[in-house]
Amino acid sequence: MAFVIMVAYYVLCAYLAGLLFWSFLKEKRSREELWLCLLVMVPLVLRLLRVK
Amino acid sequence: MSLMKHEGASKGILLAAFAALLILGGRPLFRHRHSTVPIVIGPGVTRVARLSDFSPSLKGTAGDTTVFVLEGREPGGKALIMSGTHSNEPAGLLADIIIIENAVVERGTLFVIASFNSSAGRNTRPGDGYPLYFDIPTDWGRKRFPMGNRDASPLDQWPDPDVYIHYPDKQLLSYIDARNSNRTWPGRADGPLMERVTFAAMELIRRESVDVAIDLHGAETMFPVTNCIVAPERSSKIATLASLTVKAAEGFDSHVEPSPPGFRGLSHREIGDYSGAAPFLLEAPIPFLDQPTGPKTVGLLLDGKDPFLLSLAAKKKLFVPYDASGWPMDKRVGQHLSVMLEILRQYSRKTPGREIAVQGVPRYREVVANGTGRFFHDPSKADPKSVVSYR
Repeated sequence: MAFVIMVAYYVLCAYLAGLLFWSFLKEKRSREELWLCLLVMVPLVLRLLRVK
Repeated sequence: MSLMKHEGASKGILLAAFAALLILGGRPLFRHRHSTVPIVIGPGVTRVARLSDFSPSLKGTAGDTTVFVLEGREPGGKALIMSGTHSNEPAGLLADIIIIENAVVERGTLFVIASFNSSAGRNTRPGDGYPLYFDIPTDWGRKRFPMGNRDASPLDQWPDPDVYIHYPDKQLLSYIDARNSNRTWPGRADGPLMERVTFAAMELIRRESVDVAIDLHGAETMFPVTNCIVAPERSSKIATLASLTVKAAEGFDSHVEPSPPGFRGLSHREIGDYSGAAPFLLEAPIPFLDQPTGPKTVGLLLDGKDPFLLSLAAKKKLFVPYDASGWPMDKRVGQHLSVMLEILRQYSRKTPGREIAVQGVPRYREVVANGTGRFFHDPSKADPKSVVSYR
C-alpha cells in the first residue's frame, strides 16, 4: 500500500510540475507570475530528481 | 518594458536563473547524499559483512549498512556496538570508527555498525541551519564527515503515517517516529524500511547469540536523560558497576537511568525483551541539539560552547555541569569509549566463559588529552584493500 501511495505521490509531483511549467509558458503579462511558477516548481523538481 | 514585447528573452533568462538555482542548491545536497567516508579497517577486523546478510529484505535498500566483525583469538562472549541510530549525534560514530581502526579483540567477538541508520546519515536538516559536513583535525590533515539527521530520509521511506503504530505493541507514537530507528525495534522483515533495519539487527543478535548490545547516542543538556547509561532490569547491575567505576577511576559522571517498560520501540527496551542480549544505551551531552542556542555551526557541534546555555547553566536549567569550556566532542567520544569498555569488562567479570576482552581502544583521558583525530588513520597511506566506507 505504501508503495502505491509513494508512486501516486511522485505522479502528483510530476503533474503539478507540468501544470506549473505550462502556466509559465502561457503567461503573457506578469513577470512576477512567471517567477512564482518557477519558485513553486523547485521542491517538486528536487523531489522528482530524488535530491531532497 | 512589457513582457509581451520581450517574452521569449524574459522567459529564457528566468529559466536560466531557475536552472542555476536548482543546480547551485541541489548539487551540495546530492553530493552529501551520495558521499562516502573512507576509513581504514584495523588489525582486529576479521570480516566485513552487510546488515542485509541477516535479513535479505534489506538488500539493495538505503537501509543496508556495513557490519564490521572483530573476532578474538579465543572464543568468548559477543557484543554489538551501534552508532548512527541518530545521525545528528556524531560522537558515537567517531567512537565506533576509533574501534574499527584500532581495536584488537583478544577474547570473544565484537560486531560494530557505525552507521546504523544509513538513510538518516544521508539526510540533511537545512531548515534548522545544520551544517552539511564537519571536519575532525588529525595528525595528517582534516577528516571530513557528513552531518546526518535524526530520521531516515523521506526519499527512502515514504509516505509518513498520520500516527506511527508501533509493531508489535501497537503503541501510538508520533508520525515522524516511523522514520526514527530508535522507535522501530524489534521491527519486522516486511515492514517499513526502519522496521526492516531494526529487524535485521535483531536477527544478527539472535543468530549470533550476542550477549551485550550497546547503542551510542547524544542528548541535549536540557533533557533529563543525558550523560547517562539507559538500562533495563537485566542490564542495570552491570550499568551501575560501569557508572561507578568510570566515576571513581576516570573522574567523569555517567549515571544510570532505568529503561521505562511502557515506552516501546527503543533499543534499550526491545533488544532485552526480544532476545537474550543485555542492552545499554549511552547518552553523551550534545549542546548542539539544545533548542535555545546560537547558530548551529560546526564550531558549536565540535566544542559545545554556547553563551545562551552558559546563561541557562547559571540559572540551574541544565541537567549537566556546564561552564565556559563547553562540552567538546573529544570529551563525548572519550566518555562513550570508556563506558563501552567498562560495560564489556564488568560483563566479562560477571559471566565466566563469555568474556569479551578488547585491546587498543583509547579511554576517556587519552582521547581528551590527544584529541579524537589522533586515533584516525590516513586512508591515502593505507593498503587500498583495507580502505572501506563505513556505511
